Amino acid sequence: MDFEWTEEHRMVREMVRKFTDQEVRPLAAEIDRKEEIPADLLRKAAENGLMGIAIPDAYGGSGFGEIGYCIMMEELSHGCASFAITIAAHQSIGCMPILLDGTEEQKQKFLAPMARGEKLGAFALTESEAGSDAGGIRTSAAVDGDAFVINGSKIWITNGGIADIVVLYAATDTAKGPKGGITAFIVPTDTPGFSVGTVEKKMGIRGSNTAELIFENMRIPVSQVLGKVGDGFKNAMGTLDYGRLGLGAAAVGASREMLELSVRHAQERQQFGKPIAEQQIIQFYLAEMGARIYAMESMVYRTAAMADRGEKFSRESAMVKYLCTEWQDWIVDRAMQIHGGMGYMTHMPIERFYRDSRINRIFEGTNEIQHLVIARDLLKKGKY
Amino acid sequence: MKIIVCIKQVPDTAARIRIAASGKEIVTSELTYVVNPYDEYAVEEALRIREKTEGEVVVISMGPDRVSEAIRTTLAMGADRGIHLRDSAFEGSDPYATSKLLAKVISGMEYDLILCGKQAVDDNASFVGPALAEFLGVPQATVITKLDLSADRKSITVEREVEGGKEVLELPLPALVTAQKGLNEPRYASLPGIMKAKKKEIKVMDAASVGMAPDEVGEKGAKQKLISLSLPADRKAGKVIPGEPAEAVKELVRLIREEARAL
Repeated sequence: MDFEWTEEHRMVREMVRKFTDQEVRPLAAEIDRKEEIPADLLRKAAENGLMGIAIPDAYGGSGFGEIGYCIMMEELSHGCASFAITIAAHQSIGCMPILLDGTEEQKQKFLAPMARGEKLGAFALTESEAGSDAGGIRTSAAVDGDAFVINGSKIWITNGGIADIVVLYAATDTAKGPKGGITAFIVPTDTPGFSVGTVEKKMGIRGSNTAELIFENMRIPVSQVLGKVGDGFKNAMGTLDYGRLGLGAAAVGASREMLELSVRHAQERQQFGKPIAEQQIIQFYLAEMGARIYAMESMVYRTAAMADRGEKFSRESAMVKYLCTEWQDWIVDRAMQIHGGMGYMTHMPIERFYRDSRINRIFEGTNEIQHLVIARDLLKKGKY
Repeated sequence: MKIIVCIKQVPDTAARIRIAASGKEIVTSELTYVVNPYDEYAVEEALRIREKTEGEVVVISMGPDRVSEAIRTTLAMGADRGIHLRDSAFEGSDPYATSKLLAKVISGMEYDLILCGKQAVDDNASFVGPALAEFLGVPQATVITKLDLSADRKSITVEREVEGGKEVLELPLPALVTAQKGLNEPRYASLPGIMKAKKKEIKVMDAASVGMAPDEVGEKGAKQKLISLSLPADRKAGKVIPGEPAEAVKELVRLIREEARAL
């Protein structure tokens, strides 16, 4: 067992840290206010390989695997959750379904330009009647010659309004339900019949684009079916394993930023003639934050290493997602408490992190769903 | 064009520096290291010249094992190959010993241009670049903010900062310049670049392979002796002067006169 970073990992971290300090953090407040990621920032991220870090170089990426991806998510999340989530939705759940089940031709045609950052991706599973319960999918795909005709809509799709390529999950056999009845499709957003509906206003991660997608008699050729017809649910669940792990890494980065700001503030803020860091209760807060971050970081990278070894990590990924995002919220809350009134004001980043943090317990499978995933696995195996 | 860039690995500029019990070293155990920021301008300029003229950019650095990471970072930016001067005998080098060693290595190489940072942000000596040029007997320009290569590639025109203005110099090649902030905007060591850098060569050289005797390098070859290190005194807490601006200014002037005695 080896918990040491390689030289390559350290270089990736240093590169993304620098990119975050110079390009991302200075824009974070504006991204939150304007509810938009500047195109120039996405272009710089693409030029430097951030849009395909985990994708093998044969498909346009830079081939650093899940450990590399988690390092990147962690570092970006020190700066701006909206930007980190835009990249996560593109890569971890936008590109990943194609990497998992795409044909060689699909990978070259769709995945490679996505991994190079020329095309932005999105993952479209959730519907008004289907979120945690993916079996409730009503968007239908009916065979018509050499194509499927798709009708329906999706809601709350991250990057939905700005993506070039969407991986869409639609019901091809409503009688069969999730197992066998759902199929994944690769949908370029310039396909006739595709349109963007409501773009949501949100509490946090306001700079990320969250939109409704509408499909009206949209014809998708059979060549753009991803994996086998009826295997879509499996593809979606396999993809979410990666998405959930990445959220854990994002939680680590945001939590570290909060701890680091809190440590600095506690040493600078004077009350009763001494820094508040000398108060035992503040020390306890900092200690608890640090200990939790250590556990979070450890589980994220242990699980990322499992993914890179090709092992199954669904249960572990659910554990990472659940604990890291719960603790992130707790840590952000403590950071605000330590900062007091100053933390509540918008000129400090604390309140933005507080708002941005909250969604992590909800999307990519609510934390209640993560409990189900973990418990089902335990009950099935009958042991840890 | 054959271009050589000399770089130094330094503690991260945001690091909190602590002095070791010996009083002669800093505590390195928890430090992260980066490429000296001024050296990044030098690397970037070398890469831009190579992109116009083709040729080769070789990066040289001296130091322990960890220095390979700094060299690898410049290879990820796009440099072609690296030379890592690594030998326990090099420990305790001062800027003089370092520039002597670099001069010995570089004198055996072909080059048209050598670039260094104007100073390293750890010891701020600003010594190695100029001394290296002297030992090699090539013309030099320090603290440059602009570099233009002549059409025949036989000379360069550079701008350098001088008190209150700028100086324009022309230097025949080969020459050595040291880079100042403003020379360019260094690129990132991109992620695909980091992957490619894995396959690039970093040649490790010790004192013997450079052709120097152990007593010519490191602490024995140094002209300076480090006596002690100390941290600057803690900054005193500031003072907020309350009240209406007109009143507060009066109080401020009184404090400047009576307390700070600056007037």
